[in-house]
Amino acid sequence: MFKVLDKKIYNNYVFEIVVDAPLIASEAKAGQFCIIVPKENGERLPFTIADFDKKKGTVNFVIQVVGKSTQMMFDEDYDYLPDVLGPLGMPSVIEPLKEVLFLAGGLGVAAIYLIMKAYKEIGAKIISVVGFRNKSLIFWEDKLKEISDKIIITTDDGSYGVKGNVTTLIDDIFSNHSIDKVYSIGSLKMMKACVESVRPYNKKVIVSLNPIMVDGIGMCGACRVVVDNKIHYACIEGPDFDGNLVDFDELILRSNEFEKQEGSCLREYLLNRGNRR
Amino acid sequence: MKRIFFPERDPLERIKDFESVISEFDFDLAKKEADRCLQCPTKPCVSGCPVNINIPKFIKFLREGQIKKSYETIKEDNFLPSVCGRVCPQEKQCEAKCVFGKDAISIGKLEMFVGDIAIKNKWHKENVSIKIEDKKVAVIGSGPASLACAGEVIKSGINVDIFEALHRFGGVLVYGIPNFRLPKNIIEEEISVLISMGVNFHKDILIGRTISFEKILKEYDAVFIGTGAGFPKFLNIPGESYKGVFSANEFLTRVNLMYAYRDDYDTPIVRGKKAIVVGGGNTAVDAARTCLRLGYTDVYIVYRREEKDLPAREEELKHAREEGVSFRFLLEPKEIIGDNNGWMRSIKFSKMAIIGKDEKGKSIIKETPEFEFIDADTLIIAIGTTSNPVLKNVGLKLNEKGYIVVDENYRTSIDKVFAGGDIVTGSATVIEALGAGKKAGKNIVKILK
Repeated sequence: MFKVLDKKIYNNYVFEIVVDAPLIASEAKAGQFCIIVPKENGERLPFTIADFDKKKGTVNFVIQVVGKSTQMMFDEDYDYLPDVLGPLGMPSVIEPLKEVLFLAGGLGVAAIYLIMKAYKEIGAKIISVVGFRNKSLIFWEDKLKEISDKIIITTDDGSYGVKGNVTTLIDDIFSNHSIDKVYSIGSLKMMKACVESVRPYNKKVIVSLNPIMVDGIGMCGACRVVVDNKIHYACIEGPDFDGNLVDFDELILRSNEFEKQEGSCLREYLLNRGNRR
Repeated sequence: MKRIFFPERDPLERIKDFESVISEFDFDLAKKEADRCLQCPTKPCVSGCPVNINIPKFIKFLREGQIKKSYETIKEDNFLPSVCGRVCPQEKQCEAKCVFGKDAISIGKLEMFVGDIAIKNKWHKENVSIKIEDKKVAVIGSGPASLACAGEVIKSGINVDIFEALHRFGGVLVYGIPNFRLPKNIIEEEISVLISMGVNFHKDILIGRTISFEKILKEYDAVFIGTGAGFPKFLNIPGESYKGVFSANEFLTRVNLMYAYRDDYDTPIVRGKKAIVVGGGNTAVDAARTCLRLGYTDVYIVYRREEKDLPAREEELKHAREEGVSFRFLLEPKEIIGDNNGWMRSIKFSKMAIIGKDEKGKSIIKETPEFEFIDADTLIIAIGTTSNPVLKNVGLKLNEKGYIVVDENYRTSIDKVFAGGDIVTGSATVIEALGAGKKAGKNIVKILK
């Protein structure tokens, strides 16, 4: 059992929990994730480690409501999570670079933060472009500002910052900065677009993939992704991969395998919840 | 005298749920079968058992009605009789050595009977409290090899910590073998033997990630690695990314470990109409029979060799046929064809021809230029597994296939680190893993005492 120490709600979809998990905190590194079973009889769900505190022995997860399990985590204030397994996956490879560009969309902000922090710690200049659909969905603005040397926030509807998305100002950024490497974390579509828009500048784009997962320890192959024309397991070889080598189209097609079941499961839950309230 | 037939549930009834295929039977029937045993002084059956259970002795106690003594006899060598009685390939092991040949004593069924009675009477939890020394052993993984090793070590009074990555204990017993073949409560009960003996079980810990292997080496007097061969193989053919394509491991893990078939669990699973399972082992049969129970109306096992080459247990194949699984032979998958939404629709197979036999009598096959297409909405790949890479880079000597190299005492290339089970041999049986774990455990005790 893992005690939930704190919970913050950012908007109707996104919230953060702080979990007491000293073993995980002591080994956690940027880029890794955990598998959480949110309640007895629950699913195994993968979440990127958004932050951790080795001294306090705590690990933070920022979670977006996508199905019944995450909706329940949002609605109910669980005191304990039955299972948290981690840190899983390979840590991000932090190279000694001078200037790194971070492109994060929505929840990707939480997944990219620790990588930014790791580069900050080795003295790299941090350029961040973070995109949200609209102003109400923005979270962690202060946290990002604190470690970014330059930060641009974009919104699809222009309700805050620059109107557009994280690729809108790519050309500008590359003409004003000598970027050594790019990290892009967000939806599959967004990461694919980032890879395309950086391609003319011939810089490596590292993406973090979060395909369907079951065990998270290399046992089921559900998280298989095609990278460089070969099958890789995101749970043990990733989640970071060279974006130029990832077959995004295949991943996008596969990502909604359980959409129907998850949709009906969520609808049924919401209906019952409505009745109860 | 003929072998006794033990009752099974009606095939058309049992595919409606995930409950046990074998019906309960009473002492009289067990006694009738036990009475057939000749009590051969040479005990050929014992030599066929990987853990050398004193089979004639437990059968003798059983037919005398001394079931507790019968249980204690088995438990000296194996504390999982209810599990092994159900899943061991007895026809290739103890029963193969029985002088009655094809009418061999149903040793497996009798072992299961004794184990189940012990659970009912809670004899399995009557354990002498063991004085624990200050030495301690770490056991990595909680499958059969690890459990057997832990049992052997704790018996001698040495502390044992078992580390399991998943959220339930038992390894392949819980994620791989379906409930209708091995009820989950049986595993839980038999594992609890170790808990009552004082073994400490820790779940949600992946050694090499949650706790580093170096730290384990430093903190423990000896380490046993029993992480199994759980890394699924894919076909490496075009179209494997289509939705509806699963490894048997994923499909079975969703159903077994995570109870996707039960309404009170949230685990999603695809429930189609027509499933093809590629492979011919017990896992393929388990996956096919699971599909029937999930409501698939057409379920095929497609194997690239001939019927006689099927590696699955005869009993499981019989159960599968009775339940309505169809078989196709001499077909090898070449391509998976899908629709514009990314769902698989059919599979293109090459027809294979037999060109000879190898030294074990297995058909040698060759691809022909002919193809066959079979439509299906689900493909389950059950062509085997290989070693998990998580603990591969800690400096252990591995063979060319990635399995851990051990000597005859189950020692690895690192001092005080032992390994056994599928992580050493590649996929094998539950009882072979138990045997390896037990022997490794004995050697661990030897170096620590």
